Amino acid sequence: MTAGRAWIDALQATALFADDPVGLGGLCVRAGAGPVRDRFLALLWQALPAGMPVRRLPLHTGDDRLLGGLDLSATLQAGRPVVQKGLLAEADGGVLVLAMAERIDAGVGARLRAAMDSGSVTLHRDGLSRVLPARFGIVALDEGVQDEHPPASLLDRFAFLLDLTGVSLADLADVAPLPEAARSPPTDGATEAICHAAFALGIDSPHPPLLALRAARVAARLAGREQVAEADLALAARLVLAPRTMCLPPDGETRGEPEPAANAPDDPGDDPGDDAGNDLSAADKPLEDRVLDAAKAALPADLLSQLASTDAARGLVRAPGRAGQARFSIKRGRPVGTRPGDPRDGARLHLLETLKAAAPWQRLRGKTDRFKVCRQDFRIVRFRQRIGTTTVFAVDASGSAALNRLAEAKGAVELLLADCYVRRDQVALIAFRGNAATLLLPPTGSLPRAKRGLAGLPGGGPTPLAAGIEAAMTLAETIRRSGRTPVVTLLTDARANVARDGGTGRQHAEADAMASALTLRASGVAALLIDTSPRPNPFAARLAAEMRARYLPLPYADASSLSRAIREAGAA
Amino acid sequence: MMRAVFPFAAIVGQEDMKLAMMAAAVDQGIGGVLVFGDRGTGKSTTIRALAALLPTMKVMDGCRYHCDPAVSDLWCEACRTAGDGKAVTAPVPVVDLPLGATEDRLVGALDLERALAGSKVFEPGLLARANRGFLYIDEVNLLEDHLVDLLLDVAASGENVVEREGLSVRHPARFVLIGSGNPEEGELRPQLLDRFGLSVEVRTPRDLPTRIEVIRRRDGFERDPAGFTETWRKPQDKLRRRIVAARSRLPSVTVPDIALERAARLCMALGTDGLRGELTLIRTARAIAALDGDEEVADRHLRQIAPMVLGHRLRRNPLDDAVASTRVTRAVEELFG
Repeated sequence: MTAGRAWIDALQATALFADDPVGLGGLCVRAGAGPVRDRFLALLWQALPAGMPVRRLPLHTGDDRLLGGLDLSATLQAGRPVVQKGLLAEADGGVLVLAMAERIDAGVGARLRAAMDSGSVTLHRDGLSRVLPARFGIVALDEGVQDEHPPASLLDRFAFLLDLTGVSLADLADVAPLPEAARSPPTDGATEAICHAAFALGIDSPHPPLLALRAARVAARLAGREQVAEADLALAARLVLAPRTMCLPPDGETRGEPEPAANAPDDPGDDPGDDAGNDLSAADKPLEDRVLDAAKAALPADLLSQLASTDAARGLVRAPGRAGQARFSIKRGRPVGTRPGDPRDGARLHLLETLKAAAPWQRLRGKTDRFKVCRQDFRIVRFRQRIGTTTVFAVDASGSAALNRLAEAKGAVELLLADCYVRRDQVALIAFRGNAATLLLPPTGSLPRAKRGLAGLPGGGPTPLAAGIEAAMTLAETIRRSGRTPVVTLLTDARANVARDGGTGRQHAEADAMASALTLRASGVAALLIDTSPRPNPFAARLAAEMRARYLPLPYADASSLSRAIREAGAA
Repeated sequence: MMRAVFPFAAIVGQEDMKLAMMAAAVDQGIGGVLVFGDRGTGKSTTIRALAALLPTMKVMDGCRYHCDPAVSDLWCEACRTAGDGKAVTAPVPVVDLPLGATEDRLVGALDLERALAGSKVFEPGLLARANRGFLYIDEVNLLEDHLVDLLLDVAASGENVVEREGLSVRHPARFVLIGSGNPEEGELRPQLLDRFGLSVEVRTPRDLPTRIEVIRRRDGFERDPAGFTETWRKPQDKLRRRIVAARSRLPSVTVPDIALERAARLCMALGTDGLRGELTLIRTARAIAALDGDEEVADRHLRQIAPMVLGHRLRRNPLDDAVASTRVTRAVEELFG
């Protein structure tokens, strides 16, 4: 598919979208900011009916603006709660523009999705409960590079995914966006044809075929047809289904060879009806195949490599950046006093303090029956959340480690414990030996308990390294959820010989350990690996690199450098 | 604004999900239902459809927490003070907890309107509305942690205790928690996962005819909601009668010792922690037997529901989530032959 073709497709999609933004869900434009995108957007705004609301949703919009909430000043004036609509409700009947859609966070994505699915916003905020209509289409501006994409579940509800990255100014041709009403006969079996095409292209979700059907109906209406014709289906398949192709269609036909020749891609007046119309050999194929052909003709040439990269994008790349990691909460923790502030967005109003603040002003504010509270009187509750560090020690107590100075490792941990105690950190202790990891000490601030747990630590048995890493990670995640920062310190000689499923064999065990290390890295927990083998073990260094941990061989590590390393890992 | 709801009976495939919902509707004590799976598999549609399917219930007239006239132990303070009241029929509440809801609307808080007029009145929140019904959280894995904390607390005690803004209120809050989500978007925290009695994984149907049927019905519904609902009225009524019949049969369904032993063996073989797995297994099997019109719990009931009861109770393998239900199925095969 050439750049010129991409531009024509984009214009056609625009024409369809502008006719029914709500029904078609959305349109995602992947392109950097620049003249091409500006031109495209200008054409899009032009195409939208006059007077249609268009709202822009900035990247970090809070729930109060997104969903709506209490209109404070109006509420105070009226003396009864007044709702302030959010952007979603304001965009009702129109278009919502998502800037930098590739960086939108999962929570906002989920809220958009909920509104799209129900056509409304359910507001349960600030003491209000309302359902406001919010039927809108989304225009998502995707400036992602490589693996950055808007949330897949959002794109799933968009009819059109346009990619203008390869289009330059020279490719822009002004064309009549939609072909004149072509003589295309109405057709039955539209649903089957579209489903068949989606199935053959490996599109699993039912949303795209539904959207394609709607797009076909819009195309038919714009062309002045009562019923959906084959040309409409072909257009819909090309615009809606082709960009989502997950696998190449099963039949042996070489992709796009006969058809693009017939299509003459650079011909600006190209009629999609041609896809089926002028191709005599295609005419005796069943409708399903012809619709599929239309979609196939639009498949990009480098599809396979693209498929590979989408697979990568679905893997670990998404895992970091999870919600709420370093979020400072105004809703959690121990209440400590009040401060003036805005009691919306989840902050908690302190009624008594608010009334106390308002009381001295009553005479100045004029004598009425009503107690007058102004905006500046509001007091909200302050919370203090302890953001402490919890160090998880995962100690290898296997036979090999016992041989390799388990006692010294214990001594090192004890020194670290003392240090953690000074810093009021919490510690937790996990030991792994035999074929499992056991939690010896849940997170505690008690130094004596930690010492006892450590002193009673027996050695011996094989090394279930993978189990040890996993246990540490699970604990670290729990700690993080409770609002503290976890640091995992792994003390091991890394001579893994028990795999996750309990099987033995060094190779298998090492592979499992590496896999667990990768999961630990994906979870984003800071880690430190202390190698307790007599000589630095290369596998331990590799393992540390895999979990992006700091690597410290014990022979070179004295207690103070260890302690410093842990502090640094916690601060990172 | 009331939108037409896609009829439960018209949902194509997804038998596990439908079965779990029906079981929870027959016996609310089973615990919640968690539905995790691919995009666009009709998770939310099914749950919203459930609301339209549920038979009505008896409530105390005017009670804000819809107390059950028959169970005076669980009455709220107002009902207790009044002694007795008129019983009226009401729909079973299916309450939506949207992301972005604030704590005050979940647990209830000072009535803002009346506070502005100068009086202190408690306005019940979503938990109160959901009492004796269902509380549905779409994208449950994205719910904010402080709300999850609250939910866990209330779900464990069956009572909502509000101590804020100078209010001190407690009221019954027993509800079936229903959650749905897409695992790609984030994981569920273990404590919350544990609250769900049943968990089902939903997948996109793999064969073309089913998919065409999905699209055809969906499309038919969107183009003519009223007509479509009318077409499905009869099957819908039949399902509802089945739930009502199962509810009345439930107390008389017996669990033979052999079934108890099977359940215990299965849990031991899979190494699930605690007794909750076994209890839920038996309870759900009874509900399914009642739905099927059977007098006692048999192997086939256990077999049918074991994956959804035990799948999420296995020890987690961080690299591979899909294996859980397969492991259960394998254990069932080994045990039941």
